[in-house]
Amino acid sequence: MWNLLQIELYKISRRSRTYIAFAAITAIVLIFQLAFKADGTAYLDFMSQDVMDTFQFDKSKAINGYFMCYIILNTLLVQVPILIALVAGDAISGEANMGTLRLILTKPVSRTQLILVKFFASVIFTIMLLLWMAVTALFFSMLIFGVDDMLIFRSKGDVSQILQITKDDVLWRYLCAFLYATVALTVIASLALLLSVFAENSIGPIIATVCIVIVCTIISNINVPIVDKYAKPYLFTSYLVGWKGFFYIASTEDGETIKGSMENWPAVRNSLLTLLGYIAVFLSAAIISFRKKDILS
Amino acid sequence: MKKNLLLTAFFAMLLSFVSQAQDINILLQKAKAKIETVKDYQAQGRMKTNVAFLKVPVATVSVFYKKPNRLKVKSEKGISFIPKGAVSINMSGILGNINFTVLDAGTDKINGTVVRIAKLLPTDDNSDIVLSTLYIDEASSLILKAKTTTRENGTYELEMTYGKYAAYSLPDKIIFSFNTKDYKLPKGVTFDFDDGVAPPAADKSKNKKGRAEITFSSYVINKGVADALFN
Repeated sequence: MWNLLQIELYKISRRSRTYIAFAAITAIVLIFQLAFKADGTAYLDFMSQDVMDTFQFDKSKAINGYFMCYIILNTLLVQVPILIALVAGDAISGEANMGTLRLILTKPVSRTQLILVKFFASVIFTIMLLLWMAVTALFFSMLIFGVDDMLIFRSKGDVSQILQITKDDVLWRYLCAFLYATVALTVIASLALLLSVFAENSIGPIIATVCIVIVCTIISNINVPIVDKYAKPYLFTSYLVGWKGFFYIASTEDGETIKGSMENWPAVRNSLLTLLGYIAVFLSAAIISFRKKDILS
Repeated sequence: MKKNLLLTAFFAMLLSFVSQAQDINILLQKAKAKIETVKDYQAQGRMKTNVAFLKVPVATVSVFYKKPNRLKVKSEKGISFIPKGAVSINMSGILGNINFTVLDAGTDKINGTVVRIAKLLPTDDNSDIVLSTLYIDEASSLILKAKTTTRENGTYELEMTYGKYAAYSLPDKIIFSFNTKDYKLPKGVTFDFDDGVAPPAADKSKNKKGRAEITFSSYVINKGVADALFN
């Protein structure tokens, strides 16, 4: 199994499309950092326009490495599923397309083992991508912008809030957020892998995964009560942004934030369990389908 | 005879009114004189902000003041949301810079202390301050509460508790109440995590009021404050 995984990782590393994801993330992060270095206060003015009438705060302190990483993740984690699909969607269908699938299965490797290896390789790719995001979006931003307290601009229903987290209370939240994001993106990888089982070329599962993610994301954010009640809880895309829950700090009745706290840990935990459930369902479906499949290519 | 009695009563009332008006002016001058003993100060304190849309930690702040009316609130570390009307934290901001007509508005009680109420009407039509109401402790000549209505920024309310620095009319604690606007994030800029818990029903009146509480731990008075600190 370990040898198979090594071979699979070698194959992923030899494909040029693998590096598209890393290049895209680097480009997006750099553009964000350059833009905010040049005129980040304009963004803060836009986000805090009503607050500025009543309060003054040091905007140059507010634009710091922690804040930058949050803004970048907010944008990137909507796009990253597409990059994950590029690799995971190719896992089985790519072999089928090249005619190597039958060849692999002539070896003493069970179909379940093969799917699991492909799955773990996709997970490792996801982790590498997130590590790269952590390095570029968090650590590079910390170097460029420095560190200070972190501001979170949040909408909850009709209520908008600004949350402030002290700088010594941020890093553990990022660690948890990246771990959560690993699980969330693994759902996409397992979905792409499942779709990959049914296809003979890579384009189909990649596009299908991207379409499913886009459609479900739109439905998850449509904010129509009937959709919120009957559709949203069943869509995995509703839970992809659960990593933000680590940054929603709890506060006292007077509005004073409580260091080291989370506003709603049970909701984040339940989202995490739901995502793990989706991984189990997609992966099981992929294994069952692949075991029953006639391999003709 | 009856006419004479009525006239005497009328003059007695008028005299009492005039003397009371003089009293409030004298009391105000006493309070002002006490405030004016402070040329500058530097104070350390902790600021707690209570506004519906802000969830922030208690901030450690430094307050710098220099005559006639330069005041700066700076956060020692981290980011602090300083209410813009905080300039009226210092009473010389109200008493020192404008000419006003004083009206005696009687007495009231603040935390069991009987206070005289003085209403200050600026004589300058273009003054930003429309009306200031001061609640002055007659015994100590200290202003315990002030309400200031401005043209631009609504009404501010200050409640002051004195201790070690009462001789300089500098409070140990200030509660600063002010009007806030509703805060609304521009639509569609955040993909927020819905934790399934409905936000609490907004109390419209509560949402419009903010409160900042500064508890001062120390003052350095009349030792000079650099001008650069106010930039």
